[in-house]
Amino acid sequence: MGGSLSALLDALDPLCGPVGLFRLFGPNSIISCGDTGWGDEIAFGVKVTITLALATVPVGLVLGFLIALAAQSEDRLLRLAAGIYTTIFRGLPELLTLFIVYYGAQILAQSVLASLGFEERIEINAFFAGMVALAVVFSSYSSEVLLSAFRAIPRGQYEAGDALGFRRHKTMRLIVLPQLIRIALPGLTNLWLILLKDTSYVSVVGLADIVRQTGVAARVSKEAFFFYFIACMLYLVLAMISSFGLGFVERWAQRSGVSR
Amino acid sequence: MTAVTELIPARPAPAAVRAPISVARIAGIVVLALWALLAFGLLMTVINGWDEAKFLRYGPRYLHGLWVTVSLVGLSIVLGALLSIPIAFARMAKNRLLNGIAYCYVYLFRSTPLLAQLFLIYYGLGSFKPQLEAVGLWWFFREAWYCGLFSFVLNTAAYQAEILRGAIESVPRGQHEGAAALGLSRRIAFRKIILPQALIVALRPYGNEIVLMMKGSAVVAIVTVYDLMGETRYAFSRTFDYQTYLWAAIFYLIMVEGLRQVWAVLEKRLTRHLKR
Repeated sequence: MGGSLSALLDALDPLCGPVGLFRLFGPNSIISCGDTGWGDEIAFGVKVTITLALATVPVGLVLGFLIALAAQSEDRLLRLAAGIYTTIFRGLPELLTLFIVYYGAQILAQSVLASLGFEERIEINAFFAGMVALAVVFSSYSSEVLLSAFRAIPRGQYEAGDALGFRRHKTMRLIVLPQLIRIALPGLTNLWLILLKDTSYVSVVGLADIVRQTGVAARVSKEAFFFYFIACMLYLVLAMISSFGLGFVERWAQRSGVSR
Repeated sequence: MTAVTELIPARPAPAAVRAPISVARIAGIVVLALWALLAFGLLMTVINGWDEAKFLRYGPRYLHGLWVTVSLVGLSIVLGALLSIPIAFARMAKNRLLNGIAYCYVYLFRSTPLLAQLFLIYYGLGSFKPQLEAVGLWWFFREAWYCGLFSFVLNTAAYQAEILRGAIESVPRGQHEGAAALGLSRRIAFRKIILPQALIVALRPYGNEIVLMMKGSAVVAIVTVYDLMGETRYAFSRTFDYQTYLWAAIFYLIMVEGLRQVWAVLEKRLTRHLKR
């Protein structure tokens, strides 16, 4: 079962599959998918980039939703706490956040282990560090988007929930959330496109994403312009595919909206 | 006939009901306590790890890095603004070809990462050394600082062109028609009527763009420019002291928050005639 699934995925691989893009250039070109070319390495980088971005979104969205809830809470202290979070992580460069998470987690893990009696050097997984850093940044931006979407939902909707005798989380789930998603989708689409570009930073801490893989290829083959150009084009294609797909989702979400 | 002969005597106000301790309040206190703990921990790291020699050695380097960051961002914003004007007008042109070229430029630079653009320019163009030497441009593309500036200008020009175009197109048609009815030439109408209104709309996006550029400028550290991030990486590689990153974070936060505050004041001042 798993074997046939992976065979199917291999056959449909848009870069290195039987009808893949990199096959077009012949078996012995510099970007072919074998030992002679860099095609398969770059295809791996594309997979890492997409996986990282896809893994970041749910974490960032849930965190961002909680922060948006906190930011519109009636409690002053909770609002203050949420405000500090968004101020810090919207003000720091993404690269710096990544370094702080990467080295900070390393030092923290090392000191915890040292207090338990283990003296070992630990390497934090670059994928994990990248995911945490990007999710933190994504959550602080998405909380703003979700907050403004919350404000766009009239009070009457909550009151209707009360009138129907719903509990608060039921009102949230059945009445507020569907409208919230519809209102927030354009903003979240923007954030997804920004996130896709921000994943390039994890190449700096050694994760084998598009920029890293093309960089290695550029250094070895001395064809820097060609390979970095390919990197740019890959990001461009990813952005085009996602804006096309998300445009579809947006239209789907608007289908039951009020048509004016 | 009834007449009130006796007033109800004044009663004391009901005792204030103390707000029940809600989940929100507990969560707020817990998260604030976490923030306080974190701030305290960072403060203790700085105090315990304080080293006079390190401070004297790296302090001036940090200030120099700060200056590099500020000058790089300032220059690229100004040059990008200049470059964005023709792009924005090309984007609004009726000529299909001009419009298409400007659209492609904007789309290309807005949907690829700044890091990849920087690598493309610094390493990519660097591999054309003989050709560049022949044209006499090698001195420019040899320096990482110039390459950083060049890629930032190209990048921010694309974003600023969209801001400018959006702002100019947001001015209602009636304003153009009003100017035409007054017999103003198109040039004067643009300068005196359209542009002032457009720039007020563009003010906030411009502020956001400067903040984004300030944050994005950290990537030049990767191509060996010693900006604030570069000096931080240098200091960390020498000392393995986590504090170096905390100092950089403080500097960046102060810069970004300061800019935000300045922008808020500016916006309040410039839009005071629009208040109702």
